[in-house]
Amino acid sequence: MKQKLVVIGAGMASGRVLEQLTEAAPDAFDITLFNAEPRGNYNRIMLSPVLSGEKTYADIVTHDADWYAARGVKTVLGQAVTRIDRAAKTVTSAGVETPYDQLVIATGSAPFIIPVPGHKLAGVVTYRDLEDTNAMIAAAKPGAKAVVIGGGLLGLEAAAGMQLRGMEVVVIHLMGHLMERQLDPAAGYLLQKSLEQRGMKIHCKGATKAILGKDRVEAVLLEDGTVYDADIVCMAVGIRPEVRLANDAHLDVGRGITVNDAMQTSDPAIWAVGECVEHNKQLFGLVAPLYDQAKVLAQALLGQEAAFRPVQTATKLKVTGCDLFSAGDFADGPGREDIVFRDPARGVYKRLVIEGDALVGAVMYGDTADGNWFFGLIKDATDITPMRDTLIFGPAYQGGATADPMAAVAALPPSAEICGCNGVCKGKIVDAILGGANTLDLVRATTKASSSCGTCTGLVEQVMAVTLGDSFTANANPAMCKCTDHTHEDVRRLIKSVGLKSIPAVMQELGWRSVGGCASCRPALNYYLIADWPTEYRDDRQSRFVNERNHANIQKDGTYSVVPRMWGGVTTPAELRAIADAADKYDVPMVKVTGGQRIDLLGVKKADLPAMWADLNAAGMVSGHAYSKGLRTVKTCVGSEFCRFGTQDSTGLGIKLEKLLWGSWTPAKVKLGVSGCPRNCAEATCKDIGVICVDSGFEISVAGAAGMDVRETEPLCKAATEAEAMEIIAAFVQLYRENSRYLHRIYKWVAKVGLAWCQEQIADLATRRALYDRFMLSQSVYQVDPWAELTKPDQLAQWAPMADLSLEAAE
Amino acid sequence: MSWVDIGALADIPPQGARVVKTAAGCVAVFRTADDQVFAMDDRCPHKGGPLSEGIVHGASVTCPLHAWVFSLETGMAQGADSGQVATYPARIEGGRILLDATRLARRVAA
Repeated sequence: MKQKLVVIGAGMASGRVLEQLTEAAPDAFDITLFNAEPRGNYNRIMLSPVLSGEKTYADIVTHDADWYAARGVKTVLGQAVTRIDRAAKTVTSAGVETPYDQLVIATGSAPFIIPVPGHKLAGVVTYRDLEDTNAMIAAAKPGAKAVVIGGGLLGLEAAAGMQLRGMEVVVIHLMGHLMERQLDPAAGYLLQKSLEQRGMKIHCKGATKAILGKDRVEAVLLEDGTVYDADIVCMAVGIRPEVRLANDAHLDVGRGITVNDAMQTSDPAIWAVGECVEHNKQLFGLVAPLYDQAKVLAQALLGQEAAFRPVQTATKLKVTGCDLFSAGDFADGPGREDIVFRDPARGVYKRLVIEGDALVGAVMYGDTADGNWFFGLIKDATDITPMRDTLIFGPAYQGGATADPMAAVAALPPSAEICGCNGVCKGKIVDAILGGANTLDLVRATTKASSSCGTCTGLVEQVMAVTLGDSFTANANPAMCKCTDHTHEDVRRLIKSVGLKSIPAVMQELGWRSVGGCASCRPALNYYLIADWPTEYRDDRQSRFVNERNHANIQKDGTYSVVPRMWGGVTTPAELRAIADAADKYDVPMVKVTGGQRIDLLGVKKADLPAMWADLNAAGMVSGHAYSKGLRTVKTCVGSEFCRFGTQDSTGLGIKLEKLLWGSWTPAKVKLGVSGCPRNCAEATCKDIGVICVDSGFEISVAGAAGMDVRETEPLCKAATEAEAMEIIAAFVQLYRENSRYLHRIYKWVAKVGLAWCQEQIADLATRRALYDRFMLSQSVYQVDPWAELTKPDQLAQWAPMADLSLEAAE
Repeated sequence: MSWVDIGALADIPPQGARVVKTAAGCVAVFRTADDQVFAMDDRCPHKGGPLSEGIVHGASVTCPLHAWVFSLETGMAQGADSGQVATYPARIEGGRILLDATRLARRVAA
């Protein structure tokens, strides 16, 4: 018979236990998971990106309802367990008793609240769970004021997150410098300076005396008399293990719940894991040892021999732009010596602490590339005597090797930790690669390396490069262009997370190497800024490729082609007459019908463009954007209006879609097709987005191509009504706009993110509606006819030569 | 050297270009982000692309047809491509752009 396993608490440690357990022995236990928070396991260390807006809660869920269901884990969410009856072997929650054979306590930790007057006022939060995070997000109106009490790891992440949301942030820290547990004073000073340069106010040696306010928080008063106004106060001064349940059950409890090497408490049927435990008088707060504990506990529950051996951990700060690293013990002490490197101009500081022949501590700020190498030396207590002279310059300088960026990684021993979140060492990654995991995604899937916070992605890729040699480069994600080392994805993410709202700001903050970028990165940056800040950024025409700058397609001889929009491919005699008149009037050498069901006037001289546009505007036509990375055409068949097979009004829907989507800028061109029946006369199934009308509604498929690559669309979803189809398609276009790299057509982007992910986003009604709303917000700015704009009187001069010297020069 | 006024600096957008018509074809006049001006033939030696329609970055321009990059200072093709575009002295005086008329005239004669 199966044993009954009850797990209390759905944190990161218990999530990992469930994973390991259900993977190794899917049928060993009947599992019931209780969680006081009304949700399952999510990646708590990723709350910072949620707070700063880089990620959403959905992005950080590690185990959703389907996951539990697939593994037969029964979940009781939003209900705290209030009692453990060890004699009866039951737990009580909301008055209901649940029996157990084995019990796992994973209650995690609770934040310290400083009991100063006013600490219970509304608007005082801690930084522990999604509720806290949401409270801070809710308070984050631009110009609102936040006070963070505590300048440790968590406090600074909270402060940075709220600042990215536009708040004015003050950090009050009791000690003389920030992050005193991880940094020495010099690195703490550099960090403080860097944060202050970004507009954060840091108040060190500040003791909170009271939190002031009537109904809710209004200000924070310090012992030294300073008062800071506050709309929200976040207390992030530390955590303590949550042991109340264990205490009440009379288990052995020190500072945390006492466990042996197998994670067993003083009751052999009760186990504990995570931040609530105390092992050999030690408490644990970072995620790597918690995952180790989870692994040990899963083995122990299955009756296998396993022992938890804590290893040292290194710390990195997840605040974009602050590059810091610390590991080991770096306090001054007798018999300890320092090697220090400072470059004030670059803001680089490195300090190595040596005891005897071994490195015992390292603190780095500004340039942390060698951090893992130093960490390896500390863990292995390597004798550093032979390389002491050049130690601080890192692995590239040992043994006379040249400074190769790969050398540092190649020099790492197999036991060197690469992914701190998941405790994955280099050897495990190399084994996975040699076992066939030749892409980053496969390495992530096999080893979990770089699958949590992602800061080690670069390192994992370097391990892949070292292991695979030349065959890796083909899979690598290259830098955006020669002006930067950042990939398109990094730049997109940083534009949003750092709040970069102009091309010069991107180039300055992300360290562009060139002056003014190049013809490759400038259009990409211009697009990303348009897409991410529709109401704040102003389109930079000078960063546009000629076609989009002149709103016409340049031809090989320097003339242009002009294509008026024909909504859904439908035109009128009056429009055709106006087009014919324009063709005559401006001596158009060729009039051609395009593949997108409209008419192209080829060979127009630049100086004639505004006058021709004005004529076509006067006949009611607007630009067809036949030149843009944006919506091109919606090709239609005649549908139920005329065709004897048509099931729906495909022409009408095509026109409505074109009127909804026109004017939007996208990473690459977007073409749609709407066919009235599965005979598919509009060739919808090789478009970026295709709609096939059927009796019961509309089948929407995406990611087709009929260019250099030819491929059939894949089904996204079905819609019952026209209105639903339109919302889905606009939301999908917005998803593409927000996530794809520049110049990737939809089919390339979908291949990267996966159709399943797109389907999930669109299937979730709240997500779909939010995407649709953001699309419409952008349209409120960008759905304008460029022809009308560029034929205004103040715009006309630019189309003609600025001077005519042909007569003077002829003298 | 005789300088001819071809217009105001403000007539050209920063990181943009305009053309000046001459009897021997157009000359492209570029304005960089830091308000320097440069003049060169508006014709890429590769396939005749109008350089004035290229993206201006730093003191370079990228041809709109096939992305050859030219130094605005020397007219030399950058990177792997080889070729040169004729350049003409240009300067700014009191917010006006002046080109060297003598050099432009010599171009006509050539």
